[in-house]
Amino acid sequence: MSRRRISLRQELPLLVWLVIVWGALWQDFSPGNLLFGALLAVAVARLFYLPPVELSGRFNILFAIPFALVFLGKVAAASAQLLYLAVARGPRVTNAVVAVPLRSRQDLMVTATGHVISLIPGSLVVEVDRSTSTLYLHALNISSAQRVQALKQEVRSIEAGLIRIMGTKEELETLRMEAAA
Amino acid sequence: MNPDPTSPDAWVDMLSAVFMIVGAIMSLGAAIGLLRFPDLLSRMHAATKPQVLGLFLLLASIGLQMRTWWVWPVLLVAWIFQLLTAPVSAHMVGRAGYRTKHLHRELLTSDELEAVVQKAAARAAREGGSDDGRGD
Repeated sequence: MSRRRISLRQELPLLVWLVIVWGALWQDFSPGNLLFGALLAVAVARLFYLPPVELSGRFNILFAIPFALVFLGKVAAASAQLLYLAVARGPRVTNAVVAVPLRSRQDLMVTATGHVISLIPGSLVVEVDRSTSTLYLHALNISSAQRVQALKQEVRSIEAGLIRIMGTKEELETLRMEAAA
Repeated sequence: MNPDPTSPDAWVDMLSAVFMIVGAIMSLGAAIGLLRFPDLLSRMHAATKPQVLGLFLLLASIGLQMRTWWVWPVLLVAWIFQLLTAPVSAHMVGRAGYRTKHLHRELLTSDELEAVVQKAAARAAREGGSDDGRGD
């Protein structure tokens, strides 16, 4: 408990999320229940103290909504593709393990990118190198070098989307430089 | 069945029926994938992806059938927890599977991790050997 306390602003998203879970589990969003949930959330956050997640402090909802819709579409596409592969190819499917270096060094960003690409077509995180923020992906149905390149491109573009939603200013600057180059 | 096929109720019933069937097909797809794919890592694909969508569709059809707003937050929270946990478990199993070599190398068209692992293992061996040959 001797660690530096994080500011309320940084902790607020966690507390709000805990209150929402509390309300959802009780299926009761009356003010009294939410207040009690908030008290519990503060108590839990104090007692079970975890290393703080470093949020960048910005969140762009205009990018988040299209990203969520595209994500849902990709999950549907991934499932359909997997169904087809399972039925049509089965044991003859060929795979690849691909290394994708990411731009961001933030733990949260690497985690979020890893989650999103685990859920969309044909990729699974096998190993993470935190020091260089490189993701090693296992990709399903990869038969040529072009497909490997396409997968790398896709992962980088997903990371770019996440940076636009909640990346730091420096990461956004990197993106802008890349687009200009 | 509702006698009037154009009433909103009938449409909601129809939509939730479609969701339920597609969701069940997705879960079936995951099961077929588990049976038919050749190695652990490709099976993990089958175990994580279709059932995320399958669960989403089944939860959505529950939400439509209950016709009360207060079930939606629970369903949403259930789905979000699924979204958060499925990739983590897949990663843990996949990582352990790769390290213990539960995979068919002849089915890989390229492997960009192997060289890294071997380099790290060689370095660990030079430095007097550690238990698993990785520095992390």
